[in-house]
Amino acid sequence: MTDLLELAQLRGTLDHCVKCTICETACPVSNVSPLFPGPKYAGPQSERYRVADEPSVDLSVDYCSGCGICSQVCPQGVKIAEINAQARDKLKRQKGWPLRDRIITRPTWLGRAGTPVAPLANLSLKLKPARILIEKTLGIHRDAAMPAFAGRRFSAWARQRSDGLKSVRKIVYFHGCGTEYYEPWEGEKLVAILEHNGFEVVVPKQDCCGLPLQSSGLFDDARKVLGTLARALDPYLTDDDDTIIVGNATSCTLMLKREGREVLGLQDDPVLKRVSSHVYDICELLLELHDRGELKTDFQPIDEVVAYHAPCQQQGHWVGKPALDLLALIPGLQVREMNARCCGIAGTYGLKVEKYEIAQAVGRDLFDQVAASGASTVLCDSETCRWQLADATQRPAAHPIEYLYQAYGLGS
Amino acid sequence: MRSQLHFDAVVIGGGMAGLTAGTRLAQAGAKVAVLAKGYGSTHLSPSTIDVLGYTPERVRSPSESLGKLIAERPDHPYALVGVDAVSDSLSWFADCAAHGPLPSYEYVGGIDRNLAIPTAMGVLRPSAMVPSTMAGGEASALGTVAIVSVPSLREFHPALCAANLTAAGIESRALTLPMAVERADMNPVGMARRFEDPAWRGHFCAQLLAQLRTEEHVGLPAMLGLNDPAAVVADLERRLGRTVFEIPTLPPSVPGMRRYEILRSALRAAGGRLALGADVISHERSNGRVTSVSTHAAGRDLIYVADWFVLASGGFASGAIELDSHWVTHERVLGLPLRGVPEAGSPRFEREYLTEQPLAAAGVAVDAELRAEGTENVFVAGASLPGATPWREGSGEGIALASGYRAAAVIAGGLRTEEGVAS
Repeated sequence: MTDLLELAQLRGTLDHCVKCTICETACPVSNVSPLFPGPKYAGPQSERYRVADEPSVDLSVDYCSGCGICSQVCPQGVKIAEINAQARDKLKRQKGWPLRDRIITRPTWLGRAGTPVAPLANLSLKLKPARILIEKTLGIHRDAAMPAFAGRRFSAWARQRSDGLKSVRKIVYFHGCGTEYYEPWEGEKLVAILEHNGFEVVVPKQDCCGLPLQSSGLFDDARKVLGTLARALDPYLTDDDDTIIVGNATSCTLMLKREGREVLGLQDDPVLKRVSSHVYDICELLLELHDRGELKTDFQPIDEVVAYHAPCQQQGHWVGKPALDLLALIPGLQVREMNARCCGIAGTYGLKVEKYEIAQAVGRDLFDQVAASGASTVLCDSETCRWQLADATQRPAAHPIEYLYQAYGLGS
Repeated sequence: MRSQLHFDAVVIGGGMAGLTAGTRLAQAGAKVAVLAKGYGSTHLSPSTIDVLGYTPERVRSPSESLGKLIAERPDHPYALVGVDAVSDSLSWFADCAAHGPLPSYEYVGGIDRNLAIPTAMGVLRPSAMVPSTMAGGEASALGTVAIVSVPSLREFHPALCAANLTAAGIESRALTLPMAVERADMNPVGMARRFEDPAWRGHFCAQLLAQLRTEEHVGLPAMLGLNDPAAVVADLERRLGRTVFEIPTLPPSVPGMRRYEILRSALRAAGGRLALGADVISHERSNGRVTSVSTHAAGRDLIYVADWFVLASGGFASGAIELDSHWVTHERVLGLPLRGVPEAGSPRFEREYLTEQPLAAAGVAVDAELRAEGTENVFVAGASLPGATPWREGSGEGIALASGYRAAAVIAGGLRTEEGVAS
């Protein structure tokens, strides 16, 4: 049954390809690098040569960054990026994975190892000789932007908290690894925003969604990790079907909603299926609450110009750009919508020594637009994109909710 | 929780017609969402604004010939929208381009006289308006021409283009410059990036100058930059000391991407929302009104509730209208009744591919205000409309633009009436 479903839902879509080349106009990677021949060639065209139980026919598909833009712009509904992700898994399974790909795809391991020794770990990631050593031994580019460990964990803050709002209206919070180990203040602000709107925030014990593993073609591990997460969240679903699981890491919420099920072939996993339909990206949720008249709009003015970049994975939710509508509620705030496709980082893609230059070339349009926008800060829903943007544009990068938090006056 | 958002108007389709309708509605003050399954024909077509090229005789003046077409074919989309909407929408679009994101990149021409510009085949295409970067190719202004390309652009054949142009009376020859790029074949989008680099342009012009004859104009495939094509063309003209013009290519279409950007940025500037990847999968109706449409978002459906809807999802080519395996024709998005479907037993297709295909003239049945039959609040624009044969008439963009513009005007009138009643 799974095979039939997959055939219909993923591979079967290649027959809808009319070779119109629209995906080629949109692919950030093939437009800047000759190493990737583009989504049409690597996707529906090559797929016809890919036979189960026979060796991989691919040479270049690993240069796809997995941003998913091709699937989003395809007017025929061909699941190009998803098909390519599966081809990458087969290729990597055959060729083997470098040690690097087994390490950087495990944010939980990195976070647990780095948090207790954060000052030392952060310092060594700033030292050129250390970065050169890491590049030589592991293949992580010496100039790639690496996030700093916060030295504390969001979940510890959430557990120790005794003054949280209690309410019959509960929201389950999936904070992800970025908030847990690198930006715990984001989770704290998200909790404050939801409590300000009368919700009790419940924080389950949780772990990685498996997206980094999936992006590097480690599908077996990704399935295990995603399955564990789904089973951690599942007990929080109530019978009334109104449970909301919200996240602020837009690529990780997309992994739970759709990507994991489609790309990893987990369409039939009953737990994941149940969980995925309850998952919201934070801006998506707040906009829907606003539409229902349930979002407080007691926003104080912020007189500032900011840039907003909707990351590829946010666009993959297929709900437009809710952050723009929310930010428009803040008096005085001038938001410049960036009109470039991708920042280049694509999770861990832009860290890899053989892909760093491509990632920088992909992001150049966006970096230039941010620089020209006159913005003090660049807003973006995805943490890895923020780290890339902050490094490349030499500006602070923040999640849109940080401005909602500030406008609500919750920081004072 | 039912995931839903409320709008005054929802436009289904993000091509020329949908973006025009959405932008006009947003400019009229409506809260608008444009829902697009993906990019539309904007990225594929040459991006000239063809209003009426053939009736089947070659049309010199669209404004003059439209009257005759409207009189003879009352079911044609132009007969429903009227000449004024065509003319107004062209001016409006030219204004969008002139104030758009691409500096000095304008649309020139108008409804009164067709321009004749070379296609990739070297045929002179009758178009009402063309991008300023193509205007130098207007046949009446051309003396002798060099059609220039690079080997890596596989799908443009300068020799074919030059031979046909010469046969049409414009003395032309082909030049292929051995410019190396880092891969064996490039599409026009990849080449557009090269032409944005001044160093590449310098190298290109140095090679080309060595081969050009005095007085020769230069025609290049439409790949002269995405973000600032007017500056690229101006720079090439300065370096080469002569007129340089773009010739539309096979897909992907660089000028088509520019046109999309012009309309997208006009929509956003007016406050309209755009959701890409938003495939409409179902809808709800009540008493002859469509009340909402559901899109297939990640994780669950997202419902858009609105007072007004514009269906601009295209025709057979986009898959929005289909002929199923039982030979039954459907409008797939809202299940609206069709008009112009050939009677059972009568020919649906003609043997000659590019002739008038009876089935292809089928479209959503509408009234004189473009309102879909059987509904009060759904309006139809672009290739979803019945009665036209755009590839024969040279009328696709004109119909899309004028009907999107007209549908928005009718809805805006309704919105004003509602407001009047409310106050």
